[in-house]
This record gives sequence, structure tokens and C-alpha cells, in this order.
Amino acid sequence: MMSQPLWLLAELTYRCPLQCPYCSNPLEFAGGRFRNELGTEDWCRVFREAKALGVLQLGLSGGEPLLRADLEQLVAAAHEVGLYSSLITSAYRLTKDRLAALRRAGLDHVQISVQAADEELSNYIAGTASYRDKLAAYRWTKELGFPLTVNVVLHRKNLHQVRDLILLAESLGAERIELANTQFYGWAFHNRDALMPTRAQLDEGWRVVQEERARLGTKLEIVWVLPDYHERYPKPCMGGWARSYMTVTPAGEVWPCHAAGRITTLKFANVREHPLEWIWHHSDAFTAFRGDAWMPEPCRSCPRKTVDFGGCRCQAFLIAGDAGVTDPVCSLSPHRHLVDDAVAEVERTAAVDAGEWLYRAAPNSRALAAKG
Amino acid sequence: MTSPAPDAATVRVAPKARLQWDEVRQRHVLLYPEGLVALNETGADILAMCDGTHTLAGIVTSLQQRYGVEGVQQDVTGFLEALAAKGLILFERG
Repeated sequence: MMSQPLWLLAELTYRCPLQCPYCSNPLEFAGGRFRNELGTEDWCRVFREAKALGVLQLGLSGGEPLLRADLEQLVAAAHEVGLYSSLITSAYRLTKDRLAALRRAGLDHVQISVQAADEELSNYIAGTASYRDKLAAYRWTKELGFPLTVNVVLHRKNLHQVRDLILLAESLGAERIELANTQFYGWAFHNRDALMPTRAQLDEGWRVVQEERARLGTKLEIVWVLPDYHERYPKPCMGGWARSYMTVTPAGEVWPCHAAGRITTLKFANVREHPLEWIWHHSDAFTAFRGDAWMPEPCRSCPRKTVDFGGCRCQAFLIAGDAGVTDPVCSLSPHRHLVDDAVAEVERTAAVDAGEWLYRAAPNSRALAAKG
Repeated sequence: MTSPAPDAATVRVAPKARLQWDEVRQRHVLLYPEGLVALNETGADILAMCDGTHTLAGIVTSLQQRYGVEGVQQDVTGFLEALAAKGLILFERG
């Protein structure tokens, strides 16, 4: 049976007041490919088409979705067609009035990031003084009756704070905390050497998570997104390519995941030119790796191919230069040595930690594009 | 970690969750942050009664009458306790 999508990530804009060096947005986000943002009507049509296609869960993301002046209208449109909507935000400059307006428009769930457990480190990682806005927004989110997810991207500079982050989420009355070890795409791939933690840091973080899960039970759900470079087998990325998930980018390109635009060997269709249904079923990017006919060895004869679907196509492209090979983080991949080398380099250099990152900012994006 | 479901408590779908008909797949679903539970007809019937006015015992009686069967208490309790463990339904003492 042909698969139907359940999830839509709507990246409403790549503009963002924060500058987090682990951002999954494209390095070239400031370039012409992404600048011509979809209008209100376009997005409302996308939501209707997505719902008709089977989508039930909508993520409103970016960049910073609050920068869209029509966000309330978009939320109302999503609610009207019956999508369960999550706002994925930094909460920078968010006001209680605006959050209340989003509640009235039918927003279902709020996910607010924080970069660290204390103000100084959080602001340093974000590259923008945003910690106080976040704490205020967490309180308003609960006061207005939203379910709240606290989201933290983990890396070498904040992994020592796992317990403090969980305590923060607990004190805020959050339902969930997502402790997402950095996945190396976009800016995170560019900044990999500065962000990748050591094995010892990861082991300690995981030990704390298990302790806190035992203490908190069902009071707070603690999600631990695995650091896949340090695993033996790849993640089942997106639950399999083009099986249940799609991303619509600010200018209307549709990708099978939020990192796929980097794969230069794929052609991406645009909602300005094609109905979402055609894009899902027939576009080049969605059909390229759907199912398992594309798989080479060692995936083809591997019993795990129905578990991890060959891992991540974007990672295969970034590390091995070919989106059609086994995810290089798999211990059976002929490219695994490239991952091992990156991990070993960090183990060698992390103690002196000279790693400097490049902030995710428009001038840096343009400079990188100019360098090619 | 699940608290046992008390017979006399009323049952309610948690505010963060939403029971909804999925037209494309022709089934009910319970939607919640970052996830969903697909429901069969019985599951949907049970959750439709989780509106803060029915007790567990009341739901069991109603189901037994509707389907003309007996002894569903254990199944209904297990179903609701599993959802309660995910915070998707709440037991409220009257």
C-alpha cells in the first residue's frame, strides 16, 4: 500500500534572532533559494492539502516562526482543518498577549528551546540574550494551559548540565523535555569539531537521564535523542525516507526531511508549482529512496533494513558523498572509518578544546556561500 | 509507576490530547504532542465516554450493554491505565 504522510514540518521562515551554531537549517539559508517566502494563502492551501493527504501532526518551525506576522492566521487555518499543531520556537520577544492569541486561534502545543540551564551559557550558545524571555514564556505557556515541551540540543559545551536541565523542566511544570544530542547537519555539520562531545560526556549524560527517569516516572517525560556517531547502528531516520514525514521550506520546496535540501543529486518540487499530493507520490526527491529497492549492500541483505531503513540519506551524502549508500555511522558501512576518524579527533583534542564555532547568522551564511 | 484505576473516579481525556476522526485512514486517533494513538472502534467508543462525566464502572457497563458481552472490565481497565501512564487520560475523584 502507498504510504501516507502523518507529519508536516512547516518551516515558515529562515529568519531567526538566535544564532545557535548547531542549527539544522541550510548553511545557505540567507541566499536567494530561500528568500521568497510563501504567503498566508499559500500556507493555508498547503495545510488543507496536507490534511487531505493524511497529515495529522503539524510543526510550525523555522528559523523563528514568531517572525511571521500572520502566525495567528496560520494557526487558525491549521486548527480549522483538524491538524494538531505544535509551535517550535525560541520564544525570543514573545509576549503573553501573543501567546494567548495563539491559544485562541487553536494552537495545541508549545515547544520552547533553551540552550543551557543557566543564563550566561544559554545566551552564549544562542549568540543572543534570550534566556530571560524563555523563562517568562515557559511560565505563560503553563498559565495559559498549553502542554509544554522544553527542547535542548546537547553538545560538548552543555552536556554537563543534563541534570540541571531536567530540574529546570521539572520546576517549570513541563510535560516533556527533549534532550536532543546534536545531529550533524546544516550548521551543526559545519561546526562538528566544536560541538561533538566525548564518549565520557555522553556516558555520564545517559547515566543521569536514567537516574532522573527512575526518580520522575510519568511526571516528566525525558526524551533522549541518541548521538548517532557514537552508536553501532544508524537511526531509523524519519521512520524511513518518504514514509510518514515531509518538510515544506520557507520558499515552498518540499523535502523528505529538514536536511534533505543539501543533497545536490535530488530535484525538489515546490508547492507553488505542484499539488502536495503529486509531490508526495511522484516527485524525484520523494521517490528516490522510498522503499528498499535503492539499497546497496550491506543493507540489501541485512535483517536490520526493516528496522533502520538504511539510516539517513543526508548523512550518507554529507559523509560519503553519495546519498545512495549505507549510512556511514553503521558499523557495517564501508565508510564507517570516516565517522570513527571524526570521533577519534574529538577524543584527542577535546581536552584542550580549541574548537571555535561559527554562529548561524546571515552574514556568515553569505560569506560561506561566497566562498562556495 | 501507573496509579491503579479507581472504579469510582470519573475519567477524562487529558487537555493535551484530542480525540479525532482520521478521514484518510477511516479510524479514530488520539492526538497528543509529538505523537498519536490509532484506535479501533471499541477504543474510540471508550474514549468518547472519557468526558469527565463517566466512571470506569459506568464505561464498562455501557460497553457491555452496547456490544452484548460480559467481562470486559479487565480489558477496559488495562486500556485506560496504559493511556493514563502516558498522561493521555486522567482519573478524577468525584
